[in-house]
This record gives sequence, C-alpha cells and structure tokens, in this order.
Amino acid sequence: MNTRLVLALVVSGAVALTACGGTTKDSAGQNTGAPTGTAAADPKAPLKEGLKITFLPKQVNNPYFTVAQKGAEQAGTAIKSEVKATGPSDAAASSQVTYINTAAQQRQNALVISANDANAVAPALKTARQQGLKVVTFDSDAAPDARDVFINQATAQDIAVGQVKMIAEAIGGSGEIAILSATPNATNQNAWIETMKTELAKPEYANVKLVETAYGNDDDQTSFQKTQGLLQAHPNLKGIISPTTVGVAAAARYLSSSEYKGKVQLTGLGTPNQMRKFVQDGTVKSFALWDPSQLGYLATYAAAALASGQITGAEGEKFKAGDLGERTIGAKGEVVLGPPTVFTKDNIDKFDF
Amino acid sequence: MRSLLRWETALVFLLVVVALGGQVSTDGAFLSGGNLFYLGLDIGEIALIALPLTLVIVAGEIDLSVASVLGLSSALIGWFWNAGWPLETILPVVIFIGALAGAVNGLLVTRLGLPSLAVTIGTLALYRGLALVVLGDTAVADFPAAYTAFGTTPVPGTNIPYPIALAALLAVLFGIALHASSFGRSVFAIGANEEGARFSGIRVKRIKLSLFVLAGAVAAIAGVVYTFRFSSARADNGLGLELAVVAAVLLGGVSIFGGKGSLFGVLAGVLLLGGLRNLLILQDTSTEVLTIVTGLLLLVSVLAPSITRRLATLRKATT
Repeated sequence: MNTRLVLALVVSGAVALTACGGTTKDSAGQNTGAPTGTAAADPKAPLKEGLKITFLPKQVNNPYFTVAQKGAEQAGTAIKSEVKATGPSDAAASSQVTYINTAAQQRQNALVISANDANAVAPALKTARQQGLKVVTFDSDAAPDARDVFINQATAQDIAVGQVKMIAEAIGGSGEIAILSATPNATNQNAWIETMKTELAKPEYANVKLVETAYGNDDDQTSFQKTQGLLQAHPNLKGIISPTTVGVAAAARYLSSSEYKGKVQLTGLGTPNQMRKFVQDGTVKSFALWDPSQLGYLATYAAAALASGQITGAEGEKFKAGDLGERTIGAKGEVVLGPPTVFTKDNIDKFDF
Repeated sequence: MRSLLRWETALVFLLVVVALGGQVSTDGAFLSGGNLFYLGLDIGEIALIALPLTLVIVAGEIDLSVASVLGLSSALIGWFWNAGWPLETILPVVIFIGALAGAVNGLLVTRLGLPSLAVTIGTLALYRGLALVVLGDTAVADFPAAYTAFGTTPVPGTNIPYPIALAALLAVLFGIALHASSFGRSVFAIGANEEGARFSGIRVKRIKLSLFVLAGAVAAIAGVVYTFRFSSARADNGLGLELAVVAAVLLGGVSIFGGKGSLFGVLAGVLLLGGLRNLLILQDTSTEVLTIVTGLLLLVSVLAPSITRRLATLRKATT
C-alpha cells in the first residue's frame, strides 16, 4: 500500500469537499419535531395500581441519588406500584442508554431519570416514548422533546432569594458580604448571582453591601484560598454566600479553624453530611439545599400520573403528589419541587446525604 | 490449531446456551427483534475496534490507546463542527487523524523498539488528554438528523443497525486479510516467531506499522459511530472501552502472546460478552455483579486455551 498516495487522496478529497460546501452547522436545520403527547389528559382518571416504574439515577451507589431513590420507593409503596432502581456505576455521558433501552424492552410503564448528558440520552428516550414509556426527568433534565415532564429542584428565584435572606438574618441585617461562586462561566451560578443582586437592591437590604464575587472553580483548595483572600481583602466583611457545595464546605473549613469563626457568617448550598460539623460547632447558622428524597418522591408521582393518563405533560395540568400536595405543570413541562429546604442545628440530624 | 478449534466450538456452544437460556428466562424478550437491535447497537463500536486489534494481538503486540483515539475523534468532530466545517470534510479528516495517531504508536514500537504495552498506555493518556484540550468538558450535540440516524436506525428493510452492517463489511475484509492472504500469513508468522519471520524475508516493521495505522483509523471510525449514536461529541466518549475490546478479543481465543487466533472466534467473543451483558441487565442484575461476571469471563478466556492445550498434551502422553 502506497501511503503517500492514500495521504494525497484523502487530503485532496477533503479540500475538494470543503470547497464545494456540504452539511455544516449553519446549513443543518435544527432537529425539531417535538413529539408531544397526542392523547388528551383525563384529570379524573384514577391512579393505576401495579405500575412498573424504572428509577434511573446518574450513577448507582451515589449518596445523593440513593436518598432520591428512597423517596421514589416511598412513593411507589404509597401508590401500590413497583419502583425498580437500576443504572450504571459510572456517570459517563452514554452509560444510561443501555438501561433506557432495557426499560423499554421490559415493558415498564414509566422511567424516572436524572440525565447524565441532556442530548446523549435523547435518541433512546424518544424511541422508548414511541413504545409507550412515559419519561420523567428529575435533577438534570434531558432535551425537552425527549421527555414528558421535568421535576426541577428549585427555581433560580427561590434559590437566590433564600440565600440572601439567610445571610441577612445571620449578620443581623447590615454589613459587607461577599459571594464565593464556582467558575466564572457556570450558567446556573451566574443566574443566581444576578438574581441575588436584584434582591439586594430592595429597601429591606439597604444596609447589606455586596463587596466582591470570588470564584473557587468548584475546587476545594482554590475555594479554601479564595475564602482566605476575601477575609484579608475586606477586614469589615460580615458574611459570605457560597451557592456551591464544594465552595461552602471549603469556606466552612477555613472559617471554623480561624479567628473569624462565629464573627464572619457563612451560608450557601451544601449537603447536610458535609456541613453537619460546622453547624454543630457554630461556624454556620443555616444553609440550604433541596431534599433529594422529595425530588424522587415527586418524580415518581408525576410518572404514575402520566402512566395513568391523568396528565400528558402540558402546561397547566394538575396532579396530586401524596404528602407534597397538588402540583401544577409549568411552562416547558416543568414542575418545581419548591423552595430549597433550610438546614439548621434543629433539623440537620434528620437528613443523611 | 485443534485446541483452538475446540475453544471456538465451546464459544458457539456458550452462545447458544446464553441465547436459549436468555430466551426462556426473559419470556422471549431476549431474542425479540427490538432487543437484538439494541444489542447490535451496543456492541457496534466494540465489534469495529476488535477487528484490527485482533490482527495487532496476533502479531504479538497490543494497542490500549484505541478507546482514547475514539474519544479524540469524537472531540475533533465536535470541534470542527463548531468551527463551521461540513461533515463531509470532517469525517475523512478525523479518520485520517486516527490513522496518524495509530502511526505514532506504530513508529514508537517499530523504530524505537519500545514495547507496545508501555507505548500505548502512554498514548492512552496522551490522546485522551488531547481530546480534553480540544473540547474540554463540554458536549456538542446539534448534528443533523440525517447523520445521527446512522447510529440509531436499521438499514432499510432489515433489523440490522448501520454500525453492525459496517462492522460486518469490515469483518469480511479483515477476515480475508488475516486468513486468506500472504499478508495474514505474515502476521501469524510474526506473532509466532518474530526472528524467524524476519529471517524468512517478512518485512516485520512495515507490517506492524500498518497494523497500528489500521487500528487507529478504525478506532476513529468507531468514534464517528459513537458520536452519531449518542448525537453527542464529547472528549470522554468511550472512556475505558479498551478493556471491553481486549476482553472480547481474548475471549475469542486470540493468544495474548501472539501467533494464534481467528477473527471468527473474536466475533463470537464480542457477541458472547455483549449478549451476556444485555441479558444480565434485562434481568435486573446489579452493576457490581455485571462487573464481576465480565472479569470472570476474561479470566476464563485467558485460562481456557492454555488448559485445553495442556489437556491435549496430557492425552497425547497417555495414549
């Protein structure tokens, strides 16, 4: 085989193709055609018993999803349906696809999934839906045309308002505060920070002044050093908001072992297991996160309502979600779990995740 | 050769057992058209990469960088696509880069005389690293449906996924190359006795280099298949896939020491590993058990040929 000849052929072929154009990002039409539910919803339809629901987390043996799974199983028991948890041991983009296909083969009624990659799972989810499977995403959404309903943990508004309220209460209503975020281009973090600024502009927070936003890149060491930096740069700093589980834990670790413990307040989004000792030693008064078990619980009820024909995923439809009460489907098929759960010394021991 | 034939017979027998057992235990779901189609999609990339890797291992070498080349090709597809290149240009360029990556492996092995195990462990990390540099941890997903259909739909009028049709075509080509050409005889000769092959006039280095180039190019093709199958170009695509491919090749009866093996056995090995995995997931077996079963099969595949060989010598000695 003449390698030089092959090389020449490939290169000239490539150049020729480039010259005559072809299928490019700009020319390709977006893949539209959202398969929306055609059947009409019957709000009075009874919740079917004995439904087969597959619960597919991003990864099995992940503490966060184990708690969500418990909530899903709890809901399954309440509605007399079988909730089966399965999934890959790694959180790679494509690992869930096999399990989606399997759920379709097993003639399950519904699939409750937290997508590792919004697009990688979409083709498999679409095929599964064509075969009659109802798809509910929770925690991490898939492409909207590949699922029926998305259970969103909390809105940006709920998160931002809650964080500002907690830090204002902790510092006694006045003083300098700073934000310790993840990366400068994290979409969700930036949306929260923008909303926090809007919230801080309100008259009730007139004495609370945001002096700096630092970025710890969701890296433990960097977040730790940035906390140190913030305290040195702003001697009058009274509080820090860190809306990232990595950042808030690193900041708490720094504060708890420094002279600032109890003097500079900290709040953010964290898990109870990470933050328990800092709440108990007084470094942190309160912080927040949604309760993953409620997330799994609500998603399972939504799956059952879909499989029973009570809802189709259209905006404005309502369904009952056991202890969580009646829920309404919002725009783009989203249902919001609600404001994040606030953890304090009083309730933190009830949570294990 | 006889013991090898027996191993392949055993593989076919095992395949039948898994198929029938699966069919009975899943109430007919296992051999249903739908499930076989997904099974085909699931083993598409493994089947593709296993073909050139069989030749590499028969020649007494190994290439562990194949899954990283798959990831690199996926990342490059996403990068070029974002840059506005047409797919008709991207695909040949990416396959060419895959061949180049293979050539780097081959040159390090043949020119510097380094062991391929060490070289390809190095490039395993290097190519994956390059993939991450190219695309970072983002994903590119807006490929046109005409292309993603290649990875998700059957060949019209059949139940055969496109990737499997492609693998079947390549399997015929590779089968002829390995088992019915002077090139294939040279590959076996190199694996059995490299010195001897060299003295009998076989251009050992050139053949080895071409095998590594083939492995790289086919791994890049597998990257194309993978990217369109999940309509997601990512740097971490196919992470760890090299182990599944090596397991399938060894299970297929190819000797890790070179010189022995057949493409037919490897295809049976790919089917057996993929089928067993599919069946276990269909029966809700936990991921831990799944990993253990794959590990045990790999052990068996390395042990079995040597055990059958010993049994054969033992029988010869007693008669």
